[in-house]
Amino acid sequence: MSGLILSNVTKQFGTFKAVNDVSLSVPDGTFVCLLGPSGCGKTTLMRMIAGLDLPTTGSVALGGEDITQIPTHKRNLGMVFQSLALFPHLTVGENIAYALRIRGVDKADQKKRVDELLGMIHLSGFADRSVNKLSGGQRQRVAIARALAISPKLFLLDEPLSALDAKLREAMQVELRQLQQRLGITTIVVTHDQREAMTMADTVVVMNGGEIRQAAAPVDIYRRPADSFVADFIGSTNLIPFRADGRGQASIFGSAVDGFSLVGAKAGTISVRPEDVQIVTAEGSSVTGTVTFIRDLGGTVETFIEAGGQQIVAVSSPRTRPNVSIGQTVGLRFDPETSVVLAQ
Amino acid sequence: MIVLRRLFFVAVGLFLALPLIVVAGVSINEKQTLAFPPQGFSLSWYGEIFLNDDWRNALFASLTLAALSAALALLVALPLAWFLWRRVAPWANIFQLLGIAPFTLPPVITALGLLTFWATSGFYGQPWTAVISHAIFFVTLPLVTLSLGFSAIDRSLVEAAATMGADDRTIFRTVVLPLILPYMVSGYAFAFVLSLNEYIVAYMTVGFTMETLPIKIFNALRYGYTPTMASVTVFFLVIAALVFGLIARFGDLPKLLGAMGEGR
Amino acid sequence: MRREPPQRFADYGPLVFPAAMLVIFFVIPFATMIAVSFFERQQGGFYEPAFVFDNYGRFLSLFFGKVLGFSLFLAMAVAAACVTIGVPFTYLLSRSSRAAQIRWLVALLSILSLSEVMIGFAWSTLLSRTAGITNLFALLGLMEAPQALTPSFGAVMTAMTYQALPYTVLILYPALVRLDPTLTEAARTLGASPFKAFFNVVVPALRNTILATLIMVFIFALGSYLLPQLLGRPQHWTLSVLITDQAIYQSNMPFAAAMAVFLVLVSLSLVGLAVYAGRQKEAA
Repeated sequence: MSGLILSNVTKQFGTFKAVNDVSLSVPDGTFVCLLGPSGCGKTTLMRMIAGLDLPTTGSVALGGEDITQIPTHKRNLGMVFQSLALFPHLTVGENIAYALRIRGVDKADQKKRVDELLGMIHLSGFADRSVNKLSGGQRQRVAIARALAISPKLFLLDEPLSALDAKLREAMQVELRQLQQRLGITTIVVTHDQREAMTMADTVVVMNGGEIRQAAAPVDIYRRPADSFVADFIGSTNLIPFRADGRGQASIFGSAVDGFSLVGAKAGTISVRPEDVQIVTAEGSSVTGTVTFIRDLGGTVETFIEAGGQQIVAVSSPRTRPNVSIGQTVGLRFDPETSVVLAQ
Repeated sequence: MIVLRRLFFVAVGLFLALPLIVVAGVSINEKQTLAFPPQGFSLSWYGEIFLNDDWRNALFASLTLAALSAALALLVALPLAWFLWRRVAPWANIFQLLGIAPFTLPPVITALGLLTFWATSGFYGQPWTAVISHAIFFVTLPLVTLSLGFSAIDRSLVEAAATMGADDRTIFRTVVLPLILPYMVSGYAFAFVLSLNEYIVAYMTVGFTMETLPIKIFNALRYGYTPTMASVTVFFLVIAALVFGLIARFGDLPKLLGAMGEGR
Repeated sequence: MRREPPQRFADYGPLVFPAAMLVIFFVIPFATMIAVSFFERQQGGFYEPAFVFDNYGRFLSLFFGKVLGFSLFLAMAVAAACVTIGVPFTYLLSRSSRAAQIRWLVALLSILSLSEVMIGFAWSTLLSRTAGITNLFALLGLMEAPQALTPSFGAVMTAMTYQALPYTVLILYPALVRLDPTLTEAARTLGASPFKAFFNVVVPALRNTILATLIMVFIFALGSYLLPQLLGRPQHWTLSVLITDQAIYQSNMPFAAAMAVFLVLVSLSLVGLAVYAGRQKEAA
């Protein structure tokens, strides 16, 4: 088996399990984002892939070889740190050439490769500049070029774009994804920004509490969240409790709703994205609520409705804006096609 | 790698501990011999520090000197550090520099300067001159810890107190002082321990009229050996370790020593 | 709170006492010492106001040249030894757990505060014939019979390194703790072994800090006045010892003062150099 394979990896700090029994397979050439809130174990997981931390139990294999006990400097990987960790005492060119110098590549080849990489990151002619004199975006590119100097099998990035401002960050996300596709390099990015993950990844791995909650393509993560944590963490959603009578008939807030096949279930939660909540007239609707607030953001309109003691948000475009006002009683419809029944 | 690292720590630790282990060993010799490993076991040389008049007086002199000079050093450092924090007065930094100079220069210079000064002014040999001399010599320590302490105070706290009606003096008493207190304690403790151990300044200012413990040891060393020197050394080491241990226990020692930011 | 310049005269109030103390008891003594260095020595240990350069003239002797040369050499050797041990040690310490760091810091502070008299006594005991380390060697069969290792240059050098090492570590500590740990991690992901990462990244990144530390420890070692006396032979005496000797035992205050002034000038120019090296660090 090729690619990167994590098998039952656990990392324990004292009594705290930062990463708990994680298994993950990353095929060659794919782009994976480890996504989760801070403290979810994603950075620890990446540090174990890099060999900066050793797993308490479990193994890491790369290209069919067990590398669990191989020290970092013999793993031939490229990593970009959150702090970027550019060596302040070296120039741009010397930073990029560092891995080549360590490996005893001769000077002329070093220079050739550095020029090539500088061209790739649109910083040709910057080789002799001090890294301290670069802008944030330029430092970012230099860190990426430095990590790619030896054409590693595995490219790791730990919150690589967090220091950049929003506009630059979005541009870099696209650039990074295009670069990865051009080079075909297996890439793993740690991020807490779901937009970033959705933009770049082939596979998004959502983590929480040291465990993988779901690993799937971005659109599936959004459309088919595995549990309420994923549904809530990726985008925004309405988590609505339901009951079922065991024969497939479901009811929400005490009123029967049709179309959900819930055979065998007794109770649970469905996730309905705000753009999928339909506001209809109260007459003839089984679920009703009261409009409490309307937020008109220009591009979208959010309607807040209180129903069954819970707040439900519906999003619509200005053109399909429902004709409602605060205090009005409205009906709500949840389309079984777009609603997801979550595992308990 | 981990083995090498541990080995290195052990080697440095051994280098630092070895002379002290031997001193601790000879301090429990039964007879008045300089022998290691110790022959017999006796704590009488520790008793000697308190029972022998000469040693007890020297200990008392050292403790008094350290307690008073550290207090005086704190009294000099506190208003200075506060002023430098509160006001923009670039020229006043000269006093900061003056406060740090005695500790940075070779001690013999400060000692000789004070010796010529006390001799010229005619107060040479008075016990209180040693207190002032040590206070000036060690004012650096509270000055540095207090400057660090002040820089750690969020200035908006002072503004908040002012919006609630406190004047400068009240703010100092009710907000600044409680926040700076830990730094005062550690500044005092640092100055106290170092004064306790200081030799050359004390020797040059009051060496001929009174004996502090370091002076007493040095004098004893010139006339031959007594195990009390060893027991006093151990005793002082324990005091220092106790004081610094307490600072570490109740304060943030890494931060005090300049390691700002989050510890690991 | 905005820091503001003093508005009224009363705003200077807090400054009065510290300023007075420092001026009267540091600046004036310093000036007195400089003045005395130009005085003339009288018979019987007294001295008279005068303005002569005789005391400085004595620097031109071969004896003084030798002492000065030896002092500088010794301080340099001690500083080099301390930095060589101290940099890797402090680096490893700064990467240790917080609890381990605190234990070491307490130990280092305790030893640093230990009186030079006591350090001298401890080493003279450790290196003595009757209670010293050679007894252990003899016991292990490494040596035929225990012997005294003092007085000797090695003893002076070792004890001074012992005295200055905690100081070295405590100066290096803040810079090393603040050193971004991902720098060495980055070096390791790029293929550098931990050793290579230390010499390739940590040492060059801290070049100026190390230089400044070297100078500070040099000054510290220059100030050692008892260890050369207790553990060395007269040819191992340093300028600090000579100053003490002239001031106390030879009662030649003017000459002692002149040497002290000279020592100040040497130290101050070195402090200047250290500050300059420290500034470079921020500029880099």
